[in-house]
Amino acid sequence: MTMSRPFRIALVVTCALVLLYLILPILIIAPMSFSAARFLTFPPPALSLRWYEEYVGNPAWMQATRVTLTVAVLTVVIATPLGVAAAYAISQSKWRIMRLIHMTLLLPLVVPIIITAVGIFFVFAKVGLAATMTGLVLANVMLGLPYVVISVAAGLQSFDATQEMVARSLGMNRLRSFFVVTLPQIKPSVIAGGIFAFISAMDETIVALFISGGQYQPLTKRMFTALRDEIDPTIAAISTLMTAVSFMLVLVATSRSKKDA
Amino acid sequence: MSSPVQDLSVLHQRREQRLMLALAMPALLVILLLVVLPVGWLAWQSVYHNGFTLENYRRIWSEDIYWRSFALTFEISLLVTLLALLLGYPIAYAASVAPKRWGIIILALVVLPFWTSVLVRAYAWLALLQRTGVINQLLRQLGVIDEPLALVHNSFGTIVATLHILLPFMVLPLYATMQQIPRDLMQAGASLGAGPMLTFWRIFLPLSLPGVLAGSTLVFVLALGFYITPELLGGGRTIMISMLVSRNVELYDQWGAASAVGVVLLVAVGLIFFAVSRFIPLDRVLGQK
Repeated sequence: MTMSRPFRIALVVTCALVLLYLILPILIIAPMSFSAARFLTFPPPALSLRWYEEYVGNPAWMQATRVTLTVAVLTVVIATPLGVAAAYAISQSKWRIMRLIHMTLLLPLVVPIIITAVGIFFVFAKVGLAATMTGLVLANVMLGLPYVVISVAAGLQSFDATQEMVARSLGMNRLRSFFVVTLPQIKPSVIAGGIFAFISAMDETIVALFISGGQYQPLTKRMFTALRDEIDPTIAAISTLMTAVSFMLVLVATSRSKKDA
Repeated sequence: MSSPVQDLSVLHQRREQRLMLALAMPALLVILLLVVLPVGWLAWQSVYHNGFTLENYRRIWSEDIYWRSFALTFEISLLVTLLALLLGYPIAYAASVAPKRWGIIILALVVLPFWTSVLVRAYAWLALLQRTGVINQLLRQLGVIDEPLALVHNSFGTIVATLHILLPFMVLPLYATMQQIPRDLMQAGASLGAGPMLTFWRIFLPLSLPGVLAGSTLVFVLALGFYITPELLGGGRTIMISMLVSRNVELYDQWGAASAVGVVLLVAVGLIFFAVSRFIPLDRVLGQK
């Protein structure tokens, strides 16, 4: 499409500024975390690992890290098979009820999270799941499920279901044909879904604010509380680590799905 | 009378349905127990306290603080949506008309913040905007200001950080729609004598409107329920609906009041989705998430 020169320049400048706005906060955290200064100055006066040492040396942060990692891993382990089974059923069945089930499974994305959080808090308080590991994992499985379902359903859409039929007509039973024929072909979307569930569990804050407590508080809840009081550069160190983990996982997820295509 | 063959196929179909239902059941149960039941409980609690009562809703209707909070939330959400459209449209446009490699780079930069925790980004904005923050320091060193500007702990900080988080939700549906606009339409317009401005206004812009609607809906609805950014960057003065809910639970132990506010928010979100679904299919709105 032809564009006049001034228009093109205006477009490029606008885009550059907006993109700068988008990535600036991400670019600033890592240098701050390596600063030797107590107060946030930019650029940092001297480099040091002081805030990383503070993080690693603090038992409360370490306990919170263990909780976060345990919750995230358990979430993936539970949400992935549940999500794959549901996505498979949804894509195989033309039954009307399945469409309704599909919509229901995406509810966690539609209902404002603050409402879900308060509702879960009420229920957990009644059944004694508040401030427990089980409760935290259950809530994160719920929040992670839509990502697995969306990712795997998309993967199954480009998979030719007749291949599984062929395997079955050659004498494999249904379960075996799924694991031998179907699963290897949708593997990238299963991995991507699992990774998104992991990141979702690692970053989840709002539900944890309401339902977690005692020794089972994840990193995000402690970070939130710390941020409300004062700005501690230790949080810059933790943020840098969390962002690094997220980016690496996303890189794995996207490179896998590209190989698939 | 049905033939035995038909009976068999019906039987087979039933078995198939039962199997599929069983496969979907565990996931469905998780959602029913952890979304549907809690939200239902919330709704019940908003109208039932030792008997049926509409007291909680009457309070929302009559008390000033609720009105102000709802008005503020709608104002901020609307402003964020308009700003997201204003900033997001040129980005999506550039990504869709630029050479392929540049388009991919632009989109990658848009999606990058997506994968950074909302909490981390709230922290970064605090570091940038606070009184002793990076931006104030810079402006003072340059001699632009003598006294630090109040950039955070107010509505301004909330809007800057909320917009930052929601902008990708505007750009992605816009880009998806713009990608599908056939380029030869613009060429046809040009060959008939229309200048670039006219082809944009008369052809490109109208065809991109479904994307505008999808993106705006998503941004507006998400902004309505925002919690972390206003809580951390609003400085206690910008009380949005979600904060009203949490304060009623945590500070005042008013579960009924919190529930009623939650129900009003949920109904608002539901109505918006319903209204939009009459123009574009909902999965097109949600598919971007």
